[in-house]
Amino acid sequence: MHRIVKPKNKRSKRFLDAKESQIIENTKTAMFIRGSQTSDVVNNALKEIYIMKKPNAVMFTKKNNIRPFEDFTSLEFFSNKNDTSLFVFGSHNKKRPHNLVMGHLYDYHLLDMFELGIESFQSMNSFKNTKLTVGSKPCLVFAGELFNSDHSYKRLKYFLINFFRGPMVQNVRLAGLEHVLSFTAVDGKVVLKSYKTLLKKSGTKTPRVELEEIGPSMDLVMRRTHLATTDLYKRSLKVPKTAKPKKRKNISIDAFKTTHGRVHMEKQDLGNLQTRKMKALKRVREEKKQKEAAAKKQRTAAANV
Amino acid sequence: MAASTNELVQDVLESVKKQFKSITVEKDIEVDVDCGNLLVCDQNPIDIKLYRSNRNEFISSLARDNTQLLFNQIWKLPIHKVDDVVVAEIPDPQIRIPREKPVPKAKKLTKWQEYAELKGIQKRKRSRLVFDEETKEWVPRFGYKSKNDLKKDWLLEVPDNADPFEDQFAKKKGEKKERVAKNELQRLRNIARAQKSKVPGIGLIPKLQQSQDEVNQAFHLAKKSTASIGRFEEKLPKEIVEKNSRKKRKFEPTFGQLDKEKDREKKILNHILLGKPKLDIAKAVNKEMRDGEVVEDERESRRRQKGRGSKKALPKSVRRGNRGNKSSYR
Repeated sequence: MHRIVKPKNKRSKRFLDAKESQIIENTKTAMFIRGSQTSDVVNNALKEIYIMKKPNAVMFTKKNNIRPFEDFTSLEFFSNKNDTSLFVFGSHNKKRPHNLVMGHLYDYHLLDMFELGIESFQSMNSFKNTKLTVGSKPCLVFAGELFNSDHSYKRLKYFLINFFRGPMVQNVRLAGLEHVLSFTAVDGKVVLKSYKTLLKKSGTKTPRVELEEIGPSMDLVMRRTHLATTDLYKRSLKVPKTAKPKKRKNISIDAFKTTHGRVHMEKQDLGNLQTRKMKALKRVREEKKQKEAAAKKQRTAAANV
Repeated sequence: MAASTNELVQDVLESVKKQFKSITVEKDIEVDVDCGNLLVCDQNPIDIKLYRSNRNEFISSLARDNTQLLFNQIWKLPIHKVDDVVVAEIPDPQIRIPREKPVPKAKKLTKWQEYAELKGIQKRKRSRLVFDEETKEWVPRFGYKSKNDLKKDWLLEVPDNADPFEDQFAKKKGEKKERVAKNELQRLRNIARAQKSKVPGIGLIPKLQQSQDEVNQAFHLAKKSTASIGRFEEKLPKEIVEKNSRKKRKFEPTFGQLDKEKDREKKILNHILLGKPKLDIAKAVNKEMRDGEVVEDERESRRRQKGRGSKKALPKSVRRGNRGNKSSYR
């Protein structure tokens, strides 16, 4: 451990160990901050996204006078202290009503930041039905050409995947795929809707999916953006070598799942190959036989005479 | 008869079909399914008129279709059973998402770790409790209530060769402090080696009882610690003086060497005027973008200010407007 200041107890040591960069990363936490002036809409929106992100989320209770697009240093400081790499900052003023600034950080420095205005907001309470358990991994649905054609919308898509993705798991319970978040880029807005899945019988093994709207529904308008440069973004995408699975050379698996291996041989002199030893094939033995036969003949000839 | 049974069969099949709804979805452009992220990306163009006619319904049906396609893919994945729960194994994500921290660098080994690697010493986990023979109990190996806990001993024997007025308790406490300090020093030295920063030597540790070597060392150090590095000190009759132990810092005289001064100043000026500036293009571009936005905002705010509201807060020169070349305010 190359830390100059030693942690005083095991709890703080565990926190600092988790904070260090690792090969396979921890689930990203998000921080939710309110600006000096907020509206009801913004407060409810922040609360509901916080509920969706629980337990990997930190909600700040106090109001902070921060302007993310002017001076980002205080948010970087918060991110460093709380070990969060995602943030949502809500504010409201006459010029930018019902404003949400969402972004992600790399190495505690800003990567991308998007200012989204909430046009129409419907809280979870307005949908009268049973809600989902907190902490389930949602399925994400992106619709609309804008998400692939426009550069800032593309980055917004990657950011939203990063934000709402949840913990990375190897196995998924089929009955537990209950939360669906849909983002539709249409009419100059991004419409966010949250659904609960109902699996119905179809004739086959795969069920038919029906959706029931539960969670908040927001119409978001993209206002300002701060996008990272392509080389910084590429650097943040780098995967460590040990995380990549090692390629095994000369081994292939065919369609029938049989493994085939290639063996490379050196040149062999076929004349001097080691084969099975058969006594009958020995040359010396043959010569002996011939000699004996000749000797026999002579003896019989001599006897006859 | 045959016709009626045929019809019966057809009816039954149709009713069964009606019970189960289809799971197939028709799309113009193939939808991009990423099972690793549980993600669906639909690039098909959206009919705006249809959307505007009934927004919620349209989006719900679109989401349902796309979710169906995702689930069709997920149900094709290999399935295991873990503790009575049916579980599908999801593959690695296709879309790469930026990491939160950079890739960790390999840490430099400490001095002990290098030695252990060299000798092949394996790390052995020790048990927390040790059997104490005196009390016949299992006590922790270190710390509170351990065998060598300082708080325990209410009685300490004074050894034969020790000073009878020496405080044995204070002595034991002092030894422990020294051990802790030594450990802390080793730890910091390991950190300094890892960061490749130079650490000054400890020098001489003051001791009450010094050995002959230590006295010798102290003597030589004291001799060297003068402004002229021990050159003009008195010598003992049989003392051997080291010849090349002089490394004195040299300072340039503050006045008198005009040529050198001229050269130095010229060098600095050349560097300022002719030298290439170090330009971080990415930083400059980012700054330009941000400044552009701030300037835009300022311009907008000024426009708005001019349009509405009372102008009493503004200075008189602005209120009067640009009369010829009087006002310098834009």
